[in-house]
Amino acid sequence: MIYRRRASPLHAAAAAAASGWCAALAAATLIVSNPLVLGAALLAVLLGGGLAGVRHELMRALRWALPVALAIALINALVTRDGLTVIWRFGNLPIVGYSYITAEATAYGGVLGLRAVILILCGVLYTTCVDPDELLALFRRISYRSALSATLATRLVPLLGRDARRLADAQRCRPGPPPSRTALLRVATSNLLDRALDVAAALEVRGYATARQPPTRGAWGVRGWSRHDLAFAASAVAILGLSIGGRAAGLVGFSAYPSLSIATGIPAVALSAAILICAVAPFADRRGIVR
Amino acid sequence: MTGIRLDRVSYHYPGASAPALDDVSLTIEPGELVVIAGGSGSGKSTLLRAVSGLVPHFHGGTFAGAVTVGDLDTRTHGPGELAGTVGTLFQDPETQVVMGTVRAELGFGLRNRGLGDPAVARGVEEAALALGISPLLDRLTADLSGGELQRTALGAALAGRPAVLVLDEPTSQLDPVAGDELIGLLRRANEDADTTILLAEHRLERCLHAADRAIALDRGRIVCDGTPAEFLAWAVAHAPALATPGATLLAGVGCEPVAGVKGARSALRRRGLLPDAGTDADWAKSTSIPDKSTNRRWRRPRPHDQPALQLRGVWHELRSGPVLLRGVDLTLAPGERVALLGRNGAGKSTLLRHAAGLMQPTRGTVRAAGPVGLLMQNPGDYLVHERVCDEAAAAALRAVALDGPAFAQRHPRELSGGEKQRLALAVVLGDLEHDSAPAVLCLDEPTRGMDRDHKRSLAALLARLDGAVLVATHDTEFAASFAQRVLLLADGALIADGPAREVLSGGSYFVTETARILGGAGAALTPAQGIAALTGTAGAAAGPAVVKA
Repeated sequence: MIYRRRASPLHAAAAAAASGWCAALAAATLIVSNPLVLGAALLAVLLGGGLAGVRHELMRALRWALPVALAIALINALVTRDGLTVIWRFGNLPIVGYSYITAEATAYGGVLGLRAVILILCGVLYTTCVDPDELLALFRRISYRSALSATLATRLVPLLGRDARRLADAQRCRPGPPPSRTALLRVATSNLLDRALDVAAALEVRGYATARQPPTRGAWGVRGWSRHDLAFAASAVAILGLSIGGRAAGLVGFSAYPSLSIATGIPAVALSAAILICAVAPFADRRGIVR
Repeated sequence: MTGIRLDRVSYHYPGASAPALDDVSLTIEPGELVVIAGGSGSGKSTLLRAVSGLVPHFHGGTFAGAVTVGDLDTRTHGPGELAGTVGTLFQDPETQVVMGTVRAELGFGLRNRGLGDPAVARGVEEAALALGISPLLDRLTADLSGGELQRTALGAALAGRPAVLVLDEPTSQLDPVAGDELIGLLRRANEDADTTILLAEHRLERCLHAADRAIALDRGRIVCDGTPAEFLAWAVAHAPALATPGATLLAGVGCEPVAGVKGARSALRRRGLLPDAGTDADWAKSTSIPDKSTNRRWRRPRPHDQPALQLRGVWHELRSGPVLLRGVDLTLAPGERVALLGRNGAGKSTLLRHAAGLMQPTRGTVRAAGPVGLLMQNPGDYLVHERVCDEAAAAALRAVALDGPAFAQRHPRELSGGEKQRLALAVVLGDLEHDSAPAVLCLDEPTRGMDRDHKRSLAALLARLDGAVLVATHDTEFAASFAQRVLLLADGALIADGPAREVLSGGSYFVTETARILGGAGAALTPAQGIAALTGTAGAAAGPAVVKA
């Protein structure tokens, strides 16, 4: 799952705007816990991913994000004793004592799981739609080496994946009983160190150790904001504004304990719809985007 | 213009008892293209790393003497400071490419030097234009083929026009076409910009014709330093493993060795051994030498033979669209020695993986008479134990000549590249004494980074094995040394399948140097066969030469 340039407004936007838009959706998920808003954010991420041409990546991520969400919901329901509406009693169990499940704990676990899914999908959108090289250039003035290390680490992930597959194939080609996991771990680690050493040597001879600041400000140059940049930046600001404003105004309240209380009135629905529209609106402008 | 000067340089890697460089003194004039030759462990890579400043700054160890690049002394200037003057390209492009797109990759070194955006953009465009990779600029580095990746790494080394370029076996992973292209690009950079180039290579026949000078190293010492012709004359007399096939051929017919096909042809014409240009095609057709050596006899497997391996209409189509194999039909008879050639990305590795059962065809069938062993490109992946003797059965270790007490207790990672390759081969061979030897042995690029002596040993080892052998390789000289039959794969389809002497003597790229020089005359592939074709001496090619014309 890597960044690949595609014909979409999100890919056409500058890294700052695109990553800001992803971050705004993630932040909205953390700021507001109302399920209506979370649902709108999830829909926004899925629609945005589809319009950005990364639907398959999102679906793939969803396949392992959903079990994670389910696990979070289950664990919360099982370990939390808060809430007034008991929906299942286990009775006296060894070690844990008297156990039961409440509707409130289950609902709150569901909200936590939903948040986890949205955050994971935001991460997938960011990884597949934001040019890491452009982002690296963005951070050049702030902390170039840290940003480069992060980029290299990101780039090494698929490489290590390939190494692991190669190693697994080599072991399948070995006749006789398979080697122990410890032996394989040792080989994988030493291969990893070899690769890291090679990359470090390559960085050295390309002047990484003595990297100097550029004389002018800017990432890939001081370039103007394109309409896509403006649209996604405005969308990010709007999403953040609506989330913070809605929470501050108490329009999107949600509390699970001691009993469930969810704001589902017109203001909450309107705010959720507004967030969804704001998030998807920048994708409407496809002028000049070549398929 | 910037030259290079090494003054009594000696260097030991940390913990090494023998020096990697031993009292090396050398001056390289600005604008020279110098080829560094030598066997594995001779010090070629260390010499290049000393010029780029990695020795001693990155590797540590004990360093004596001085290396000066232009007016920069590498003792006081590390690789980062030298990066503006010295561009470096290593063997494996995958570990050198650090950015996501080709454009960012070409600009990486320039940005590290603190250049502003206009200067970076200009440097990137110029490097891309010089190497013909402008169409790749916005491609992801993860999507590039091996050849494209190597050209991108070369572009990154050339961006900003460094005065010196050092390259460590840059063609080792490239097919013959991409390898020739790369050498052409280097020659152009050298001629257009007076770039001083140091190029370490094992396959000297690929690059010597483009060089101004050749230096041979042995155990860290310079043993020859001269023009390519002087080097070849020395190599023929003192280090045959370093002599190119063309030089061996010329020396065998009494000509002075010269580098390159064109020079060799001229030398042969001057001596009256080749007809004049224009008539040599007829001559090539009319000249033949029967091949009587037993290990070269080949016949197409008959339907009633029990095949060692049979692929019938094998297709491999990815869900995303690309087709890796297109209806491959292939039958290998027991004991057959087969070379599989083709460009990077032609589908060679995929074919081997299907043969070994690591991949399943989307259509078609694969059948084998017994276990199929596959040795892939990284022998280190097969070595998982702490001692050599634990890795493979005794008989297999004996077969690959790693059975002595000198090897038994050593850690596999301490072995040289060639020894690791042999040990991995022993692992794949299984327990030969208990009849579990593979019916088919597949090897993927086994000669990558190997010197000629090691290749010769490997060819001899493959000749001793009982099962059928299928080797995917870019090395036509190696293919000629062991294969009875050669397959040529292009875009997932077999486009040629025949006796080695037929396939490797026709065409321009997938041919040996001897065949290129002789224009395919007598289907001679090796220097010995070439000598026989030219002089009619029977012994040289294990059979009497017959000139029909």
